[in-house]
Amino acid sequence: MAAAEKPPVTGTGSVALDGLLTWVDQRFPLISTWKAHLAEYYAPKNFNFWYYFGSLAMLVLAIQIVTGIFLTMNYKPDANLAFASVEYIMREVPGGWIIRYMHSTGASAFFICIYLHMFRAMLYGSYRNPRELMWIFGVVIYLCLMGEAFFGYLLPWGQMSYWGAQVIINLFSAIPFIGPDLSLWIRGDYVIADATLNRFFAMHVIAIPLLLLGLVMAHLLALHEVGSNNPDGIEIKKHKDANGVPLDGIPFHPYYTVKDILGVVVFMIVFVVIVFFAPEMGGYFLEYNNFVPADPLQTPAHIAPVWYFTPYYSILRAVPPLFNSQFPGVVAMGVSVMVLFLLPWLDRGAVKSIRYRGMHFKVALYVFVVVFLILGYLGTEPITVWGQFGAWLDNADRATVAARVCTVIYFLFFILMPWYTKVDKTKPEPERVTH
Amino acid sequence: MSDDKKVDHTRRNLVIATCAAGGVAGAAAAVPFAASWMPSERAKAGGAPVEADISKLEPGQILTVEWRSKPVWIVRRTKEMLDSISSLESKVSDPGSDVPMQPEYAKNEFRSIKPEVLVLVGICSHLGCSPQSKPAEAKAEMGADWVGGFLCPCHGSKFDLAGRVYKGAPAPVNLEVPKYTYLSDTRILIGDDKKGA
Repeated sequence: MAAAEKPPVTGTGSVALDGLLTWVDQRFPLISTWKAHLAEYYAPKNFNFWYYFGSLAMLVLAIQIVTGIFLTMNYKPDANLAFASVEYIMREVPGGWIIRYMHSTGASAFFICIYLHMFRAMLYGSYRNPRELMWIFGVVIYLCLMGEAFFGYLLPWGQMSYWGAQVIINLFSAIPFIGPDLSLWIRGDYVIADATLNRFFAMHVIAIPLLLLGLVMAHLLALHEVGSNNPDGIEIKKHKDANGVPLDGIPFHPYYTVKDILGVVVFMIVFVVIVFFAPEMGGYFLEYNNFVPADPLQTPAHIAPVWYFTPYYSILRAVPPLFNSQFPGVVAMGVSVMVLFLLPWLDRGAVKSIRYRGMHFKVALYVFVVVFLILGYLGTEPITVWGQFGAWLDNADRATVAARVCTVIYFLFFILMPWYTKVDKTKPEPERVTH
Repeated sequence: MSDDKKVDHTRRNLVIATCAAGGVAGAAAAVPFAASWMPSERAKAGGAPVEADISKLEPGQILTVEWRSKPVWIVRRTKEMLDSISSLESKVSDPGSDVPMQPEYAKNEFRSIKPEVLVLVGICSHLGCSPQSKPAEAKAEMGADWVGGFLCPCHGSKFDLAGRVYKGAPAPVNLEVPKYTYLSDTRILIGDDKKGA
């Protein structure tokens, strides 16, 4: 029997514990998994601040799963009961308010971590060869997360839940030929109704979380296959010692577990301050209109998605209708997310890290970030937001023009990437990592 | 297992055929799951036509009735309101109602069976919000040349008193006129156009 040939586990300092671990290890790949993914997974020694957000995203995922499980114990996925059951959780279930605020704050925290995590990949070229597949898994995780957030947002059955879902589902109606039937199929009724709420609940609490967990696993396995990138964008596997250990690598455990725990402590401080003192975050984390029960006959005066969707919502609004159809806007919004998949192949830079890139890439990336933030801001506001400034253009047109300019720049960042990364005057990469 | 390394094509083809048959069965098994997302019989019943009594509707007033959980507006239009519609030919994007957002019998200047009674689904053709009524008196908010109509609060689409969309609005087409029929002079059936349905 092969398992019995493994050496016994020693060194825990306890004969009984050694024995127990030996017993388990001969029946399960305990020690080899521990070594492969933690104690002998060598990560570059020069990780910086930006490398916190992957582990923090996993922490938020854990928070969302635990708080979510406890919320389902009192939540009722029924159009007549849902809103009241959320208020019941908030007012009468002991500890209910803190569990729910952790869950609602966690949703925004998740997107903050993921956006910063993605930005890190763009800074240091972490999506480049050989990490393309890991990046693809990551983008799929991001898509699932958007689905998860969208499905979850309907559950409180407030005005914003209802009308936000109405707007998003109607996007599918714009698809030629199959659109109206497709949106009917998604809703399961002629309007958003109990059937819609029930299926969104099922998607939110079981279908998407299962997918997410599997994808996170695939993302990590792909990472551990190719090894982590680092702020210099060079491969530490090129320089190994006699034992095959990268000279610039340090074991993930204990070095990066300790580093990540520091990140967790700081993150949790910020997180609980928000949960306790600003769970609504001025209407950005929890929109005020969602404290009003859903009413199919009364649209709120201003509908905006939660902040993490607003850049794409701006792109949707910015594209004018064509041939009596708003389908072009829907396509633009879809493409603006899907184009992320192509990033590893659009980037033709001679180096990966921004440290050794030239001005072309730096300017492009920083302009892209600014444009993304402006689109995000515009998406939270009505199109008349800049009505009070000056007299150029019509009131409504100012924000629309700004959104259109930003949308064009957003797409140019990707379309022109093969060109500006190639002509960029890069600096030579170092042989070994720097700090 | 055969001893030589050559692929046994008969067996390989059987494997492929088995996989294909299994795949077809698997795909067929998805049908009831996909079908379960279609509206149930109960949901279909809930989408049945509704009746509205307009005997107490005064000129200029709007009656809102619920049909398939959507607001349906019934407006008794005055002479001035009808004149305002005629004056907007150049300002609306589809004055002739060429895009089929209404039954054939409502494809006319006032988009209705009887000119004075407008029946309209109060859901914006852009992204499904419910527009608000802005009478001609709302000039302070809507501009000096406003003659009355509807404004969608979500993205600012404007519609006239026949539900026709103004040019330059995010909404691509006019508001929908549902199927409807007069059961009598004062009773309208919304959602069906065959009497007594």
